Amino acid sequence: MRSEKPKGRDGGLVQIERTIELEIDGRAVRVPEGSTILDACRKLGVDTPTLCYADNLTPVNACRVCVVELEGSRTLVASCSRKAEAKMVVRTESERVKSARKMVLELLGSSVDMSATANFENWCSRYSASPERLGTPPNAPAVIDNDLFVRDYAKCMLCYKCVEACGDDAQHTFAIAMTGRGGEAKIATEFDVSLPDSACVFCGNCVGVCPTAALQFKREHDLREAGEWDESKQSVTKTVCPYCGVGCVLELHVQDDEIVRVTSPSDSSVTDGHLCVKGRFGWGYVR
Amino acid sequence: MIVLWGSNARDTHPIFFHHVLRALKRGAKLYVVDPRVTSTARFAHRHLPVRVGGDIALANAIARTILAEGLENRAFIQRATEGFEAFEAVVREYGPEDKGAISGVDPALVRELARDFATADRAMICWTLGITEHHHAVENVWSLINLALLCGQVGRYGAGLNPLRGQNNVQGGGDMGALPHKLPGFQDVEDATARAKYERSWGATIPPNKGWTLTEMFRAMERKDLTALWVIGENPAQSEADAHHVRSLLTGLDHLVVQDLFVTKTAELATVVLPACAGFAESEGTVTNSERRVQRVRRALAPPGQARDDLWIVAEMSKRLGRDFGAPSARELWDEMREHSPLHRGMSYDRIEALGGIQWPCPDEASLGSSFLHGRLWEEPVQGPKAPFHAVEHRDPAEALSEEFPLRLTTGRRLSEFNTGVQSKGLASPLVKDEAIEVSPEDLAALALREGERVRVRSRRGAVIAPVRVDRGLPKGLVFLTLHQPESVDTNLLTIEATDPRAGTAEFKAAAVRIERCE
Amino acid sequence: MDDARETTSPEASERVVIERALAPFAGGAQIPRHALLPVLHAVQSSRGWISKDALAYVSERMGIAQAELYGVASFYHLFSLEPSARRVLHVCDDVSCRLRGSRAIVERLSMACAPEGESRDDAAWHRSPCLGQCERAPAALRVIAGDAPTQRSLTLRSPEHAEEVFSSRNTGDHDASASSFEARQPRGALRLLRRIGVANPASLDDYRAHGGYQGLRRAHARGAAWVLRELSEARLLGRGGAGFAAGVKWSAVASAPGREKYVVCNADESEPGTFKDRVLMEGDPFALIEAMTIAGFAVGAEKGFIYVRGEYPLAAERLERAIAEARAHRKLGDDVLSSGQRFEIEVRRGAGAYICGEETALLESLEGKRGEPRSKPPFPVHEGLFAKPTLVNNVETLCAALDVIVRGAAAFASVGTADSTGTRLFCVSGHVAHPGVYELAMGMSLRELLALAGAEFSHIQAVLLGGAAGTFLRGDEIDVPLTFEDTRRVRATLGSGSVVVIDDQTSMMDVLRGLAWFFRYESCGQCVPCRAGTIRVDELVQRVRAKVPLGTWESERERLADLGRVMRDASICGLGHTATSAIESAFERFELWPDRVAKKGRA
Repeated sequence: MRSEKPKGRDGGLVQIERTIELEIDGRAVRVPEGSTILDACRKLGVDTPTLCYADNLTPVNACRVCVVELEGSRTLVASCSRKAEAKMVVRTESERVKSARKMVLELLGSSVDMSATANFENWCSRYSASPERLGTPPNAPAVIDNDLFVRDYAKCMLCYKCVEACGDDAQHTFAIAMTGRGGEAKIATEFDVSLPDSACVFCGNCVGVCPTAALQFKREHDLREAGEWDESKQSVTKTVCPYCGVGCVLELHVQDDEIVRVTSPSDSSVTDGHLCVKGRFGWGYVR
Repeated sequence: MIVLWGSNARDTHPIFFHHVLRALKRGAKLYVVDPRVTSTARFAHRHLPVRVGGDIALANAIARTILAEGLENRAFIQRATEGFEAFEAVVREYGPEDKGAISGVDPALVRELARDFATADRAMICWTLGITEHHHAVENVWSLINLALLCGQVGRYGAGLNPLRGQNNVQGGGDMGALPHKLPGFQDVEDATARAKYERSWGATIPPNKGWTLTEMFRAMERKDLTALWVIGENPAQSEADAHHVRSLLTGLDHLVVQDLFVTKTAELATVVLPACAGFAESEGTVTNSERRVQRVRRALAPPGQARDDLWIVAEMSKRLGRDFGAPSARELWDEMREHSPLHRGMSYDRIEALGGIQWPCPDEASLGSSFLHGRLWEEPVQGPKAPFHAVEHRDPAEALSEEFPLRLTTGRRLSEFNTGVQSKGLASPLVKDEAIEVSPEDLAALALREGERVRVRSRRGAVIAPVRVDRGLPKGLVFLTLHQPESVDTNLLTIEATDPRAGTAEFKAAAVRIERCE
Repeated sequence: MDDARETTSPEASERVVIERALAPFAGGAQIPRHALLPVLHAVQSSRGWISKDALAYVSERMGIAQAELYGVASFYHLFSLEPSARRVLHVCDDVSCRLRGSRAIVERLSMACAPEGESRDDAAWHRSPCLGQCERAPAALRVIAGDAPTQRSLTLRSPEHAEEVFSSRNTGDHDASASSFEARQPRGALRLLRRIGVANPASLDDYRAHGGYQGLRRAHARGAAWVLRELSEARLLGRGGAGFAAGVKWSAVASAPGREKYVVCNADESEPGTFKDRVLMEGDPFALIEAMTIAGFAVGAEKGFIYVRGEYPLAAERLERAIAEARAHRKLGDDVLSSGQRFEIEVRRGAGAYICGEETALLESLEGKRGEPRSKPPFPVHEGLFAKPTLVNNVETLCAALDVIVRGAAAFASVGTADSTGTRLFCVSGHVAHPGVYELAMGMSLRELLALAGAEFSHIQAVLLGGAAGTFLRGDEIDVPLTFEDTRRVRATLGSGSVVVIDDQTSMMDVLRGLAWFFRYESCGQCVPCRAGTIRVDELVQRVRAKVPLGTWESERERLADLGRVMRDASICGLGHTATSAIESAFERFELWPDRVAKKGRA
């Protein structure tokens, strides 16, 4: 039953949430209807690796690193997109799950440069993954066709996040898409034209969601090339964009008293983690 | 349903527009009212190409349609509003085919918007400078308020009237009393009780009368009643209409202090320049956004050279002028302010942080803030004064088109640029192109121009030289420029300083110009 | 979407072609997205490729961003996004054709005509995955672009013939053998095939004279609930591979909430070695139309789509013609057979993507998108085409359902076994004397089938049962009865009904390489296990074939097992789940590991 009641803060209408109970690794957990298995895992504090998942995007469940074992299911299921159902019995650390996660990590690590991906090394050691036993990723120079951000395809794991952020999950520009198929698949503009020739509006929301640094601020790229990129020396300060009146929350990543990257928290009710070209790149005047 | 009126939010408020897009995905309808087919209009279900300056005629035509079809919210009008009869008498004349036709909008579109607006569960009107940069800005706004009152589309979640703020703290400036007639929290400066609270706190006397608006200041400069000026973070030498005139007034001052991050055109005229910190990255404090959400700004970088925090400069100035406030931190100052401002009282720094910003009014520390205003209009009986209708009539732009100046010049903002360009100049966006006078394909042909050709655009006040660019979204007779690149195209030499007497905004949206070929 | 900054305009002729293709969809305020594949087909077949200007124009007309259009077009291998010759020969180089000499053809073409993919005198050739013409292997598809484009399937009788076809400017007619069907079984035993080769596929009268439209009349007379009950009682299992109970599926769609529902016929038969659906569509198109009309009636759908794979031009042509004929005689339309039923069918053509045989990929493709499988649940019966409840069945299943309605459940189930009722179509190809489609009562053995097809039992090295996603059986395993349950017992599957016979002169590793390449080429690329896994498996098979291991052979065995497991367990769809099954079954049943091969072995 859905019923309506005024919401305290908004006076708007909200549905009263129904909750369901399921079991994860032998522990019962209750979550609102519509939650995913991943939500339930997080509620229990079960650490689940994710790569193609982001709080502010529709799950595409393409990377498969978050798979879990669901009783009654022939195959493993992607926890990021599978809706939790009452009485589900889920295992997150069974041999099948561990083996699948290990293999996903090896398949990725052997074909993509994951060196700049947060947590990747930790996960590899947690699941005893040795990507090199399947091969080593190919090298390719980054594509630099503008002064704001670069595309380093050697690091692209085809997680679709940038496509979603550019498309109808946020920006609605649709400058890039998954193109080609299978091993030839590539995220690109139409006919691979340069970004300045495409529909791109340089909001950088693709950069903001990229998990592997395949999309990087130009400044970050330059520092990495020079061997000067050092996240341990960086501070992150939350503030508000200096341009229009929307009030977008910015996180200024500063290294050596210089802004090197700008992000927005995905839980900000103003931005949902997304910015425009001025908010993301328009800080040159304080450099 | 969302009506974006005189707002190209896709380019000017991109992240606000994300929220609109999300609503569209959920099935909301979008109407865009704009003389140009903007990038915003491309996302709309319907675009109403209003004639520049025809907004009141359009709003009245919509109102008249709603009334003619019996779609108004009678109960709401009777309970919560006043002045309906006078309003009704005026809009009666504005049939979409009659006086409403001044708007230039197809009557079928007028009726469609009217019906959707009146029958939507929740409808919101958002506007930007397309409404307010006119010499009848306030009347324009009233005409939109009338529509919301007529249908009860106000005071409820998801309904209402929303001016989209153009700067990150233009709302906050008002909140804090940076208005000639207000103290912090919109308390009237002429209200002795309100004044007394601050006088006690500050140990100083506040002048009991309201001050001058920017326009009034310029008038005072003309009269030599105003001879010294302290400009903080503004660039009037480039941002104000009829720039020749403004610059001569600034030059004529006895003393001009400019406090800014940049050596702006205004700073170049200054007696003293006080280098300031960048608010968003070198200072502590708060700003208020368009939805009245107060959020924190923080220092992430050390300021360069001799740059000082605005707060330090003001305190220091005060000390040297004989009243020592000490060196308050931003937080201490904020706490003092909120003690006297009921709207802000519940907003401690800690709560602002914990709640991700708070929307005023937030009267105490139990309040979560308010996502919309005027809910009182739905109470039974209505608490406080009733909401007034304003009977407003269409008025032509101050400057009529003539044989000599046959083109209408309107101005606006582009996605990658900002105001007079001082902040956005360093942004190496591939979208930034050299400023150009944008014309419709019809005018390009009629004037026998080539794209890229440099032309002289002349108004009664001045002339600029700019290359020509075609914008297929412009109607015949309308040309477009921005203020972003005054070094190359000083658009405000052309604009008219016809200001709304109440709001003090100039009519940037409607000047009369002609295009001349350069030899 | 935002505008691309580079604005271009297509040639006038392209514009005309696009407008003509859009015209049937131009009724509403906006052209629906599902018009996209038809439009891209029109552009492709008029010029032989899709230019940037043409794509930009389609983008403007349909309101879809250019990048997204490019993403869709580049997904399908029958679309070319680079300037291409007008005459293109797609030469099948898949398992069955390889067994019948396609390698020699490919070699001849590259030596004598042009390197693969390069144009010579406005002609080019490409290797192709299985074209579904296995009974006349080695096969090819000849596509000629222009104002009157043609697409013809044909047999390349010899390398010389291939060279001749490559250079010829004649459009040629359909290969005579294309429409012929030679029954090698007693006609009386045939059910689904009974009209094929007997009734004229272009004649509705002929169809009716051979029992056509009895099923639909019966359905109308007895009602939708009866149809659903009958189907359940017949215990008909889907013939597409997964073997899902048809009665359950139909009933689920019928009882799904909502008024808008669809019937989609999966005619994207692409499993290597499979061609029975093509034979049904080419030889008895009205039967499929009648079957779908019954399905629409039973589940409450007013619209059906037949998604025919792009490599089946003749099937598409005959279906289109039959639909027009049926419509003209009120067998389709607003009042089918004066019963008050509304039902319409549209034929849509795939454009070269094996993955579109996966039902949710097919739905995506029908909607004008990349054929990337959806994550399930929700299943199509609840959220299918345009997110509405949708019945998706393949051609044979629908035709079998028609058979249930015509005969009645009891009569239908009177043949076959308790768990596998009715007859089943098998596509026999490879090293047999009489390749073709055979209809057997379920429960007959593989040996009986092979005998019908004229296999030389003493020379059978292996039988690939169920297609590339199936299983290899040894010559001594062919007594298995052909039922769902018996094949499962020997860790095999009937799959698509494909039966490829491999003789003892053939290198198994060559066959495996072909399969590994096939999956690598056809993986959609969406999920990591399949995209990266198919590549790693292909590399591994190549190493075994070359006898050069990465590390030890033991580690290679471990690697293959690991890859197989993660692909089965963690891929999104059936393609990844089954991509290693045939290869792994070969390694299990044959001594193929170089360190274990007896010296006399030929692997």
